[in-house]
Amino acid sequence: MKTPIQFRLNGEEVAAFVESGANLLDVLRETVGDLSVKGGCWQGTCGTCTVLVDGAPRLSCLTLAEACAGKSIESVAGLRRGADLHPLQNAFMERFAAQCGYCTPGMLMAAKALLDRNPAPTREDVVDAICGNICRCTGYEPIIQAVLDAARGDNRRRA
Amino acid sequence: MLELRKDIFADERDDNLKEVGQPTQRQDMLGHVTGTSPYYDDHRFGNLLHLKLLRSPHAHARIRSIDDSAAARAPGVKRIIRGADVPVNLNTLLSLIQFGKDDEPSLATDVVRYKGEPILGVVATSERAALEALALVRVSYDPLPAVFDVEEALKPGAVSVNAAYPKNTFEYYGKYDHQKLRFGDVEAGFAHSDVVLEERYQMSPIEHAPTETNGSIAVPDTNGRFIVYTSTQALFFSLDTAAKINAMQSNQLHFIGGTVGGGFGGKVDTLTEPLSILAARLTGAPVRHRLSRHEEMQFGSPRGAERIYIKDGVKRDGRIVARKVTAYFDSGAYTRLSSYAAVKCAAHIPGPYTIQNVSADVYCVFTNRTPATAMRGFGVTALDFALECQMDKLAVAIGMDPLEFRILNAYRDGDMKAHRREAKNCALIECAQVAAEKAHWPLGDEYRRMSSRQGGGAARTGGADRTRAPAPAAPAAPARPSTPQRVSYERPAAAAPVTAPAPPPRSAPPPPAASPGGSTHGAPRFSSVFGTRRR
Repeated sequence: MKTPIQFRLNGEEVAAFVESGANLLDVLRETVGDLSVKGGCWQGTCGTCTVLVDGAPRLSCLTLAEACAGKSIESVAGLRRGADLHPLQNAFMERFAAQCGYCTPGMLMAAKALLDRNPAPTREDVVDAICGNICRCTGYEPIIQAVLDAARGDNRRRA
Repeated sequence: MLELRKDIFADERDDNLKEVGQPTQRQDMLGHVTGTSPYYDDHRFGNLLHLKLLRSPHAHARIRSIDDSAAARAPGVKRIIRGADVPVNLNTLLSLIQFGKDDEPSLATDVVRYKGEPILGVVATSERAALEALALVRVSYDPLPAVFDVEEALKPGAVSVNAAYPKNTFEYYGKYDHQKLRFGDVEAGFAHSDVVLEERYQMSPIEHAPTETNGSIAVPDTNGRFIVYTSTQALFFSLDTAAKINAMQSNQLHFIGGTVGGGFGGKVDTLTEPLSILAARLTGAPVRHRLSRHEEMQFGSPRGAERIYIKDGVKRDGRIVARKVTAYFDSGAYTRLSSYAAVKCAAHIPGPYTIQNVSADVYCVFTNRTPATAMRGFGVTALDFALECQMDKLAVAIGMDPLEFRILNAYRDGDMKAHRREAKNCALIECAQVAAEKAHWPLGDEYRRMSSRQGGGAARTGGADRTRAPAPAAPAAPARPSTPQRVSYERPAAAAPVTAPAPPPRSAPPPPAASPGGSTHGAPRFSSVFGTRRR
């Protein structure tokens, strides 16, 4: 038994038939085809699959897809506008804030949620915002610096 | 900007450096920050099937019977895979370089030797269907006694874990049960020592816990070939391993990888590829075999737990005159890469220090624990942890500054190492001097003046005759009153009266200064202990 749902993904209207109990992570990756969202634990412990639901960071592996009907979802695939990168993406590149890259999409979305809410965060704010995201290459310091850089710099893209 | 120490290896270095000291961008960074880097699971195929494994709930048991009839009839199930379906159901990873005996089945048939060992695979139209079918499989076991401790496993009458190595030790060169190192005479060295310290160090298994779990997708290509998208860290190693287990030519396999979501050594074991290829062969469809987080944490091979005993003899003037190491590597139930870890460990003893008398025995031991594997300097890191803890304890025991103690004993160019190779290009002294400066850790003048290039050679290492008892060398510092004694670091109160003076008081290092902000990559500036600082 599948249920039709509709939501916005990175500003575009998306429709999908989902099984009851399906999580947002699987629906985004397998049904909609947004492969920028990564699964790390499928049990809500690593933060890798973080997306924004109506602007708030959510673990897509624990979010029921049906509960997202009518909502606005943001993933890292929607961060960049054409050839221009989001300031967070530029800062992550400049600061070498990615090693294997697997936690990066979730990190970026957790950081974006912070900057959208608080354009001038303190270091403690940044640490708090990414504290649910595990980086096993243990590159937290460059990530924190990158988020602070992005906040200090020209954040035109943040809208 | 970085400052380069051009005085080190000046005669060996091509000074035409264009990249060192310059920031450069990683070629994969744009993909990482845009979510477009192609990890193995970011490839899509129609009619993808999913493989899940039934795993042993016992650490050691005989399999009496397996009933998979209900699972085979379950919805969505395309194929059950048993050990008999695996073309070459016995392998050891390093057989590719003729090192060790085949000892590990892909799917256990008669005996399971660790909790989580795979027994049977279900290939189904979804992971959920595969898991639901696995729940219908009935296996009857006769539990067997198990051994979980490396030293227990070596006792006479211990449970035999691995059929290829019934004595629970890996066999080197077909006959030796451990790696052995002998240099000088440690017992004579201990007799000449002022302080003898013996300690035991126990490491834990450590899971790499990469954010991307192990996995692969095998896709039938034309002409009998298979394309394999994989998370492996070792593309060609995994290709050859998968070819061997499937009795295929390596040119029938096309491995695509290189974008790995964290490995740290946990993705060299080729845990998923052989069976995903076999499943694709048996079904004619693309098959994904992806470990769940639970499987990754519980059954993905960890860094092995090492137990290391170190006994050192040291003179009051700070020279280490004897070091004896006995190390046990817990390989778990199968070899994988632990045999190699033990070799690396033996090659690293006695650490970067010149010691006249060295004795070491390093064992690779089988137990009924999860098979261990590579992880970030495995074999060496644990030993270094033990050795450097021991160095601190020794420094305290003789009342020396720990850094000066290391500088005094560090390899110098020309020293004879315990492996009978001459030490060359030594730089530990210089590293320690720079580290001391960075940390505002005061060093005595004579230690600041010491150099890896001075004072090494035969006189320091006791000459060419390695069978003699060590001749007392000229003391490097004024000898303090010395009486032979044993010191226990953990229980100083119970030890003999402390004749050694307390370490000189050190002011706590000040908090690190704020970064001057000139660096774009956050790396610390490098300054010379000898040259002028750039601040």
